[in-house]
Amino acid sequence: MDGIVEIKSSLKKWVVHITVALLVAVWLVPTLGLFVSSFRTTDQIKASGWWTALFTTEQKEVLRAADPDDFRVADGDVFTVSGNLFGEGSSKKITLWGPSSLASDAYVPGEVADLGDGESITVQANGDYVWRGNDDQLSGHGQRVFVTVRAPPEFTLENYHWMLFDKQNSQRMTKAFLNTLTVAIPSTIIPIVISAFAAYALAWMNFRGRALLIVAVVAGLAVPYQVSLVPTLKLYVDIGIGKSYPGVWLAHSAFCMAFAIFLFRNYMAGIPREIIENAKLDGANDFQIFIWIVLPLSIPAIASWTVIQFLWTYNDLLTGKVFLIDNTGDNIILTEAIIRMLGPYAGQWAILSAGAFISMVVPLAVFLTMQRYFARGLLAGSIKG
Amino acid sequence: MNPVIQALIIILIGIGGCLGYFYLSSQLLDKVLFPQRGENAGRNINRANMIRPWLFIFPALFVLGVYLFYPVLESLRLSLTDRDAGDAFVGLANYQQLFSDPKFWEAMRNNTLWLIVVPATCTAFGLLFAQLTDLIAWGNIARTIIFMPMAISWVGASVVFMLLYDIRPVTGVLNAVWMQFEGGVGSFLFLRIFPAIILLGFAAVATYVCYLFLRPFFIPEERKGGIISAALRAVAGAAAAYLAVLALLNVIDVFTITLPYGKTQAWKTIPFWNNFFLMAVMIWVQTGLAMVILSAALRGIPQETVESAIIDGAKPFQLFFRIKIPQIFGTIVVVWIILSVGVLRVFDIVYTMTFSNWNTAILANYLYRKLFNDFDWGVGSASVIILVLLVSPIIYWNVNKAR
Repeated sequence: MDGIVEIKSSLKKWVVHITVALLVAVWLVPTLGLFVSSFRTTDQIKASGWWTALFTTEQKEVLRAADPDDFRVADGDVFTVSGNLFGEGSSKKITLWGPSSLASDAYVPGEVADLGDGESITVQANGDYVWRGNDDQLSGHGQRVFVTVRAPPEFTLENYHWMLFDKQNSQRMTKAFLNTLTVAIPSTIIPIVISAFAAYALAWMNFRGRALLIVAVVAGLAVPYQVSLVPTLKLYVDIGIGKSYPGVWLAHSAFCMAFAIFLFRNYMAGIPREIIENAKLDGANDFQIFIWIVLPLSIPAIASWTVIQFLWTYNDLLTGKVFLIDNTGDNIILTEAIIRMLGPYAGQWAILSAGAFISMVVPLAVFLTMQRYFARGLLAGSIKG
Repeated sequence: MNPVIQALIIILIGIGGCLGYFYLSSQLLDKVLFPQRGENAGRNINRANMIRPWLFIFPALFVLGVYLFYPVLESLRLSLTDRDAGDAFVGLANYQQLFSDPKFWEAMRNNTLWLIVVPATCTAFGLLFAQLTDLIAWGNIARTIIFMPMAISWVGASVVFMLLYDIRPVTGVLNAVWMQFEGGVGSFLFLRIFPAIILLGFAAVATYVCYLFLRPFFIPEERKGGIISAALRAVAGAAAAYLAVLALLNVIDVFTITLPYGKTQAWKTIPFWNNFFLMAVMIWVQTGLAMVILSAALRGIPQETVESAIIDGAKPFQLFFRIKIPQIFGTIVVVWIILSVGVLRVFDIVYTMTFSNWNTAILANYLYRKLFNDFDWGVGSASVIILVLLVSPIIYWNVNKAR
């Protein structure tokens, strides 16, 4: 009896393990695809799926011998052209080959293919070939060779180099990257002080209208920020700010303000009353209590909020589009840069995937180092006020 | 000037200015306006303490007012005027124009779909992950992986899925998988039976929700609230019943539809279904959020309730659905609300993946197009107001809960 129960429970454990493993795989596959693709060349991406890139694969290729008019060497009556089908230094190995698409796997490496009338070609496993024939046969285009190759995994950093440093790439992401940081960092730091003071007042100071203000903050939590796009832009144009960094910093600060006050107030309200009352008895005023007691105690909440806000502003598209990006193209941010790549480079996944990954590096690094704060902040934001 | 230096200066001015404002205004209050010495010291301290909260709260209030509450009013005004006619008052003409625009109704239909599918799927998956990862040793790693998409931008996530949906089977995983189906037993299992089971499950859940809403009508003891709450219950119950019937009708479709086996698919352009391929991006990202919140709630369940249920002989499924779920029901509602607000706000996914083409626009994209491509501020603002109206039940619920 005990044995059966044990088997049943261990079976159940395995079901859980396998289910979670499958779901995690489903969640990981999309990112993995992009990640692997960003290290492959355009040709590789066209030739085989990224899911085969990690293993040695068999693929069919069409290669061409060198142009006989330039490279043929006379050898008595006959001419020869020799060289390597892959060019220089490839780690691919040919397993089967043939001189025409109908006989693409007719020969193994080392065999000689008779092309008729004394013309012949031989191909080695590493791609070396010798092509013989008379004056007439060895002219025009180079002989085509259809090969089946075993290609070991091969990765390149070329896409990243092109995306970041190549002079010919007018869409270089370096500028967009700097601009994005210029947007995100001030937009994260500026609201902290403002919202923390307000949160302290709402948590620990008694005044008429406090309940109403708390209601206003909570109401502000769910108001979609799309509401403020046109009215704020109009205001900016009227007072002469227009599209600019200060404009976007203030907009970001404002859009997160309700959430920040809500989060900080909840946290500060949890500070023991005695601490604050003792400080008051010792003659501290509210300003001093806030700066020297409440603010240091609220560091965990502020840290959580900072991570969330940084990720939000760094990843934002709409606010930047409306309040910052103008026709000059100097103020482009990463998300917009990627969208602009989608048109001209549609389907060119070598470039797109590298670009997308460059835009993800900073958020992923922040996430992996600050995951705990991130989760805690989201959690605190969801709890009843 | 170099924006980096500009940014540094602004940060310093911003923080210094804020701190300076708070400090100086406090000093002004205590030293100049209401000196805390002399004959009126007591009265002055009281007065200063009445004013000080407003000094603390003023900047935040100002920002909230200018960027959130004033724009609602201004949008309302814009939606009632015509910009081309010198801001003349035109009554509800903009709304009329909005309601006669098929694109608007398309956006509303899509948004309704999003509002049903995304929060439901995220919550279900989040609950599943929260429960399952708690049972295994490497649960933390699994949770990190599920949670990770939260760090990526919507644009990045969309690009990730565009690769998945790529039309060439050699690049796009989905097409590579699709090409494996040829109409045999496996295809029947995965493309007929499996969707049918999901639809039946959805119908069951919808029926249950319908039952929950309508129960008070049959059981007098459970009747609470007035006529309004009864009316709301009736409407919600009817909506749930409608969804259940819809799901059941679709089960028939699933078995009768002819599927284009062996042809690569441009997933983003298949009418109606492309909405679901776009929703997948949001589900992929937001499930982590649901999981984190629900996982904390599950851990917060008092251990005694679980233990006594086990002693009473509850099976795992009973334990989960009858003991755990009812105790975290409040949190599930909160997650649902957060996700719904997210759905109403999200703009980037549709913008990146389809640019609102192929009938995929949702309200956030519709209003962006009206405001910034067509420069039609009247109709655009009208759709903004509609968005606010859609959110207002959530705002009301939030406010009610906070009190």
